Amino acid sequence: MIYDFFFKLTGSNFLADVIQSLLPLFIFILPFALFAVLFERKVSAHMQDRLGPMRVGYHGILQTIADILKLIQKEDIIPTLADKPLFNIAPVLVFAGSYAAFAAIPFSSAFIGSNIDLGVIFIIAASGFVVAGILMAGWSSNNKYSLLGAMRSAAQIISYEIPTVLVVLSIIMITGTTNLLTLSEMQTGHFWNWMIFGGPQMGLAKFIFIPIMIINFVIIYISTLAEVNRTPFDIPEAESELVSGYHTEYSGMKFAMFFLSEYANMFAVSAIVTALFLGGYQSPVGYLGNLFGAHWLIPIEQFFWFTAKGIFFVFVQMWLRWTLPRLRVDQLMALCWKYLIPIAFVNLLIIGLITVL
Amino acid sequence: MKEYFKNAWSGLFTVFIGMKITFKHLFVPAVTIQYPDERLQLPERERNRLYVNMDDCIGCDQCARACPVDCITIETVKGVPGEDVGKTSNGKRKALWVTKFDIDFAKCCYCQLCVFPCPTECIYMTDVFEFSELKRENLIYDFATLSLQEREEKKINYAKFEAEKAAEKAAVKAAPVNKPVDNQELPKP
Repeated sequence: MIYDFFFKLTGSNFLADVIQSLLPLFIFILPFALFAVLFERKVSAHMQDRLGPMRVGYHGILQTIADILKLIQKEDIIPTLADKPLFNIAPVLVFAGSYAAFAAIPFSSAFIGSNIDLGVIFIIAASGFVVAGILMAGWSSNNKYSLLGAMRSAAQIISYEIPTVLVVLSIIMITGTTNLLTLSEMQTGHFWNWMIFGGPQMGLAKFIFIPIMIINFVIIYISTLAEVNRTPFDIPEAESELVSGYHTEYSGMKFAMFFLSEYANMFAVSAIVTALFLGGYQSPVGYLGNLFGAHWLIPIEQFFWFTAKGIFFVFVQMWLRWTLPRLRVDQLMALCWKYLIPIAFVNLLIIGLITVL
Repeated sequence: MKEYFKNAWSGLFTVFIGMKITFKHLFVPAVTIQYPDERLQLPERERNRLYVNMDDCIGCDQCARACPVDCITIETVKGVPGEDVGKTSNGKRKALWVTKFDIDFAKCCYCQLCVFPCPTECIYMTDVFEFSELKRENLIYDFATLSLQEREEKKINYAKFEAEKAAEKAAVKAAPVNKPVDNQELPKP
C-alpha cells in the first residue's frame, strides 16, 4: 500500500498521512480538471462542428492554464448584502465534499486513499454532503436565482440519491461487501467477471444477473449524472433560466473552487460506476506485468485502466450533455420517482431473492 | 403497465439515437473558418472602404455632392495658366488642383453612391474592411496627393494670379479705351 511506502520514506506517521491525503489532489484532481475542462470544450465544439479553443498552444491545449491565470487575477467580489461567513465557507465545503469522496476511491490495488470497510456508503454520504454547501451558497448569495438554483439542486440530489443507493444496495447484496477495494478485487480476471456481466460467480445465477445488472447500470448512471447536476439534469444551473444557479454571485478563486469540485464530482461519480460495475481498476484482458513477470508494473497498469474507464464515463457525460436538452422540474422528478426508483426496487427484490436461494 | 414499459424503453432508446447523431458529428470536419488566418471570399459586389485614385481625379466635386451623409470634403484651386496640372489616364488635361480630398469613414455609410457619378471612375470600393481605430479623428482619410506645403503654394499662386488679373482689369478699366460700337447703332439693312 502507498501509505506504507510513504511511512518508510518519511519515517513519520503524520507526514505520511499528509502526503497521502494530498496525493489525489495534486496527482489527480487538478490535472484531471485541467484536462477535463479543455476536453469538454473540445468535445462540445466538435459535436457542434466547431473547432473550440485553437489559439493558446497547439490546438488550444494551454487554454485552461490561461483561464486559471485569469481566474487567479480576478477580483474576489462579495455582494454587500450577502451573508459573508456562509458565502465564504460554501465553496470550501462543496469542494471538501467532492474531495472527500476521493478518499475511498481505489485508483489501483496499491493506491487507495483510505481502505475503509464502508467505502461505497462513505462516498455516497460524502457526495450528499455537497448539498449543504450548495444550499449555503444559494442562501448566502441573497439572490433569488441563486436560492432557486440551490433549492432545485438540493431537491434533485436528495431524490436521485435513492435510486443510486438502491442499486448500490443490490451490488452489496450480491458481493456481501461495501469495501471498494475488496469489491474491485472480486471482479478480477477478465471482463466477464465484472459486475455488469453478472459478477465473479458462475452458473445460472450469473445469466439471470446480466440483464438486471445492465438495467441497474443504466439506472445508477442516470441517477449519478443527476447528482452531479450535469445536463440533462442541470436545472440547478440552468443558464437560460437562472443565470448560473447557486454560483451566480461567485467570482475569482471561489468560482474556480465550484468549478473544480464540479469536475472532481464528475470523475468521482464515474469512478463509483466503474468500481461497482466495470471491475474498478481491473484490466479487461490481463496485465502486461504478469506477461513479462514485472509485478511492480501491475499497480501502474491498474491506475491506467481505472482512469481510462473513469475518463470514458466522463466523456459519456459530456456526450450526453451535448445530446439532450434540459429536463423540466416535473419531468426530472417523474423520471426519478416513477421510473428509476420502482425499477431499482424490482431489481433489488429479484437480486435479493436470487441471493437468498 | 404496457404503456409504462413502452415509455421507459422509448425514453432510453431515443437517447441512444440522439447519442448516435452527436457521435457522428464528432467526426464531421468543423465548419469554422479561423478568421484572421483564413478568410471567406468576399462577394463580388462587396462595399467596403473607398479608395480614390488621385491621378485620375479631376476635382469635379460630383462624389461629394452625391454623398448622402456629406463625408467627402473636396477643395480645389484652379491651375494657373501655363502650369501643368497633369492628365487623367484617358489623356484629358486636368484644370484643377485638388488641395483637399478628405473622406470621413466614421460618417461613411458605404452606400456606393459616390462611385457612380465619378466621370473618371477614380473613386471606388476596395476589399479592405479592417480599419478600426481607437480615435475617430484617425478615420478621416486624406487622399490628396499634394503635400501641405504645395497646397498652400497652389492657393497662393492662384490668389496671386487672381490679384494680377484683377489689377490688370482695373488698369484696363481706368485707361480710356475706345468703346466698341454698339450693335443697336449699326445701320439697319
